[in-house]
Amino acid sequence: MKDILHELQERREAARQGGGAKRVEAQHAKGKLTARERVELLLDEGSFEEFDTFVAHRCTDFGMQQNRPYGDGVVTGWGTVNGRQVYVFSQDFTVLGGSVSATHAAKICKIMDMAVQNGAPVIGINDSGGARIQEGVDSLAGYGEVFARNIKASGVVPQISVIMGPCAGGAVYSPAMTDFIFMVKDSSYMFVTGPDVVKTVTNEIVTAEELGGATTHTRKSSVADAAFENDVEALSEVRRLVDFLPLSNREVPPVRPFFDDPDRIETSLDTLIPENPNQPYDMKELILKLADERDFYEIQEEFAKNIITGFIRLEGRTVGVVANQPMVLAGVLDIDSSRKAARFVRFCDAFEIPLLTLVDVPGFLPGTTQEYGGVIKHGAKLLFAYGEATVPKVTVITRKAYGGAYDVMSSKHLGGDVNYAWPTAQVAVMGAKGATEILYRSELGDPEKIAARTAEYEDRFANPFVAAERGFIDEVIAPQTTRKRLCRAFAALRGKRQQMPWKKHDNIPL
Amino acid sequence: MFKKILIANRGEIACRVIKTARKMGIATVAVYSDADRNALHVAMADEAVHIGPPPANQSYIVIDRIMDAIRQTGAEAVHPGYGFLSENPKFAAALAAEGVAFIGPPQGAIEAMGDKITSKKIAQEAGVSTVPGYMGLIEDAEEAVKISREIGYPVMIKASAGGGGKGMRIAWSDEEAREGFQSSKNEAASSFGDDRIFIEKFVTQPRHIEIQVLADGHGNCIYLGERECSIQRRNQKVIEEAPSPFLDEATRKAMGEQACALARAVGYASAGTVEFIVDGARNFYFLEMNTRLQVEHPVTELITGVDLVEHMIRVANGEVLSLTQDDITLTGWAMESRLYAEDPYRNFLPSIGRLTRYRPPAETEGYVPGTAAGAAGPAVVRNDTGVYEGGEISMFYDPMIAKLCTWAPTRADAIEEMRTALDAFEVEGIGHNLPFLSAVMDHPRFVSGEITTAFIAEEYPEGFAGVTLPDDALRRVAAAAAAMHRVAEIRRSRLSGRMDNHERHVGADWVVTAQGQSLPVSIDADRDGATVRFADGASMRVESGWTPGRSLALLQVDGAPLVLKVGKIPGGFRIRTRGADLKVHVRTPRHAELAALMPEKLPPDTSKLLLCPMPGLIVRVEVEEGAEVQEGQNLCTVEAMKMENILRAERRGVVVKIHAGPGDSLGVDEIIMEFE
Repeated sequence: MKDILHELQERREAARQGGGAKRVEAQHAKGKLTARERVELLLDEGSFEEFDTFVAHRCTDFGMQQNRPYGDGVVTGWGTVNGRQVYVFSQDFTVLGGSVSATHAAKICKIMDMAVQNGAPVIGINDSGGARIQEGVDSLAGYGEVFARNIKASGVVPQISVIMGPCAGGAVYSPAMTDFIFMVKDSSYMFVTGPDVVKTVTNEIVTAEELGGATTHTRKSSVADAAFENDVEALSEVRRLVDFLPLSNREVPPVRPFFDDPDRIETSLDTLIPENPNQPYDMKELILKLADERDFYEIQEEFAKNIITGFIRLEGRTVGVVANQPMVLAGVLDIDSSRKAARFVRFCDAFEIPLLTLVDVPGFLPGTTQEYGGVIKHGAKLLFAYGEATVPKVTVITRKAYGGAYDVMSSKHLGGDVNYAWPTAQVAVMGAKGATEILYRSELGDPEKIAARTAEYEDRFANPFVAAERGFIDEVIAPQTTRKRLCRAFAALRGKRQQMPWKKHDNIPL
Repeated sequence: MFKKILIANRGEIACRVIKTARKMGIATVAVYSDADRNALHVAMADEAVHIGPPPANQSYIVIDRIMDAIRQTGAEAVHPGYGFLSENPKFAAALAAEGVAFIGPPQGAIEAMGDKITSKKIAQEAGVSTVPGYMGLIEDAEEAVKISREIGYPVMIKASAGGGGKGMRIAWSDEEAREGFQSSKNEAASSFGDDRIFIEKFVTQPRHIEIQVLADGHGNCIYLGERECSIQRRNQKVIEEAPSPFLDEATRKAMGEQACALARAVGYASAGTVEFIVDGARNFYFLEMNTRLQVEHPVTELITGVDLVEHMIRVANGEVLSLTQDDITLTGWAMESRLYAEDPYRNFLPSIGRLTRYRPPAETEGYVPGTAAGAAGPAVVRNDTGVYEGGEISMFYDPMIAKLCTWAPTRADAIEEMRTALDAFEVEGIGHNLPFLSAVMDHPRFVSGEITTAFIAEEYPEGFAGVTLPDDALRRVAAAAAAMHRVAEIRRSRLSGRMDNHERHVGADWVVTAQGQSLPVSIDADRDGATVRFADGASMRVESGWTPGRSLALLQVDGAPLVLKVGKIPGGFRIRTRGADLKVHVRTPRHAELAALMPEKLPPDTSKLLLCPMPGLIVRVEVEEGAEVQEGQNLCTVEAMKMENILRAERRGVVVKIHAGPGDSLGVDEIIMEFE
């Protein structure tokens, strides 16, 4: 028995060595940690339960039978993040370059199946050279199996991808279908085809970093949701995100003990809106002052900055926030911001996370770029996402809510449960200047008359009361009391149940 | 007594005057420009009158506007505060013409002290010690050399109408005197339209020490000790204290008596300040008399227990001064730090914008000007301010937003109180000089009291680059951070949805990294706090009621207070204390080991970039890609808050790429152009 235990010990030790000291050193030299070190950082100390430690590939071509390392380039299992269960796979670049074989893929599939069955998130750490060429179509089949599981798990358990090395070719499509993608600056990249192929096909000369680095994907492509300085920071922030998310669609979002007063009055919010309606202000100040403990986890901070998305807590409970940002493009809705917010709204709805919408929107961005780019359909995504969301929806209009964009931003008409407006709100079909220029076209030659008409329009429509008279606004509230109002509104909505008519699935304008 | 007074000022001083008026049962009228519609002084006053657009020369210093406001409200007297109309004899005359009392000295005294040359003559005649110098008009450079030789080098060549360092030169030789005379004259002519020049002895190791006087219209005059105002940046006072760490009783008395003599000589009746320059041998020379309430008057109030504003109002009402010289005793020590909306890391560039957070340290309850500070407690914190959280700092007025004062029995204690109070002062949304003030409070030379007016220029010749905490202070912060991190982690481990019986156990061993150091610690926590043990065996006791998310941590570390401003950064804390701005990480030993493997990423090299220094709109780009630029050449113009700022090349170079064009709206540190 002793010998057997000893052998187990030895085999485990061998598995833990990964690709050996030399490769580990090379990994460290690149500023990257090993697969197991990353798992250590992600999970609570001592909580990792590894599976398939001794799995090895079955390939016999190209002399592969001579090299059958334990684990086959991926570490899998489960553990806890602050005591809550998560499943994890972490590709090991030191073992066969983290390449995906049939068995490597099977290991990932196994824990994904468990995650869906047991209702716990899947966190994938990607650091792989790609398909294992020696295995050929077996490797592709492996990818396919993983893709299928990503799709099945979508909306059932949260899926988080952390890109910590190369992720190229077909491999990108697994993270692409997960809920969140995080990258590490300078040491990770993602692309469908690499710089060499790009050069051959299109004659473009581009570096891997420019083509698919963290900056590209957080700022230009919006493929990634955030980028971090290094592995340690990235995994620490993933833990922070997990603290906001429910384990599955069968569970409610977590509640964290909180040390902030739900009735906290913020007098400074009374002066947040500048006197000049065309002057911007920072919507993030409002978000931070509403949130418990000024704690805000922003998603896609660097992309489409005219809309802000992310998570806060109210009374310790997770709330998804969507907010127009007047600091950027006056907070206008456009293709990028609609897509960004729509995906976020759908994530929240899928996982029963209540939605808070802060509105200051002058409308949709005009222009050929937008129309040719299909702003009609992209804008419709956000409209659709809000309309189909059955989670508690609370809206606060701080200033402008103009035109169709007013309808889109979680209006009462789309099933907003509680819709508040600040006294500074202007719910109208458009701004006063534009409206008078249409309504009084014949008087355009007379600036004095037009000014008088504009003032008249402002008096009549540049306020929340016309909408409040109709019940489109449930209450006009003092800005300083907003946190208290929101806490109470979401508390009142904790019992909300809403059913949509049966359908196979909807047909959101993708 | 007056029933209603108008305060012809804004900001903290208007609020300060309103407080005393209210205490005396006098109704107050505030005046405000468009920019001050929501200002604190407007909210505090019983009535408020709008007096015009934001620029002071269209509102606060337009005599007619103020007179209209007086007529409109029926105010019987006007307190001018400082600056604006406070030393304008025409204003005093206008008030007199309408029978409105001026809460300040008689017009004649303002006029007499308003001109540097006249005031010096009067001072000399009154037996006040003046800097040796030549008061007459100087014809040409040769005469300037002759006079300089008579006085003895070094000499200072000054514009008669000057101020703020303009038209001022120091000469150590004939040649420098000749050159200095010419350049001062030119500068004076262009800056002030008055090219009269005078020459005086240049005082070495100079200190700025001033005497507070209080006089009534019945021939009584007393002095209320001195204020040391040597900590100045480009003639702008930053830190003041009372008494001066330098004066002895005999010098104080001599200065005080001369100050009173001067006040009597001009028939002074109100609070006033006689400024002296004092050299290393305690020789003192008259500089000028400020015929108004000084910014730094609170330090005098704190050590004398006299409410200067109250006495100003009573004197203006014709009352006899209720105090005699014998009533004045100086008790304890008071410090004042001026909080400026200026970014110390950007060479004290004025900063404007919204005060997203403004939480001054708690003021001592029970202390009001006019009572002995010692009666309110062992130490006193007083903050005179004119702003509030959510208010706007505009570009139109003085960047000073608060005066934080502390009082304690000794200088060392007053400094210590100030350190803690500065640490507890939360200001966000604008750049401000809190870190710099903290740095000075910890500067050994300041602490020793061996200061001169050149202190800042000598000690911070390259500007202010932040503070590096000494090891013992860093350990205190580390102990506190470890204890706070543990509390935060325990809270996280209590999230709902945990696996029963498989919870996370938060350990006792941690490694704190900050300022490039790694400090392993072990925490032994109990109900009241935590004992944090360091690797060398030393331990610290940390106690606090801090809870996660709180932006201010008030701790006791080994029984001594430690105040930290606590923010979040990915995976750690941002901690600000004692002028230092630290990134602090607390990790388990294993995580620290792994973190140590992470490459050090140097901040991107911005020396080859032109970055936008403030949020603003690009108005013009004045160079093209490929252009060679010379040092100082205009590159582009950024408009911020309706003000155009010209960005110039810091060195020679070639423009490689221009990222922004006219009409682009940029944030701070966004790239405008790149150089080769």
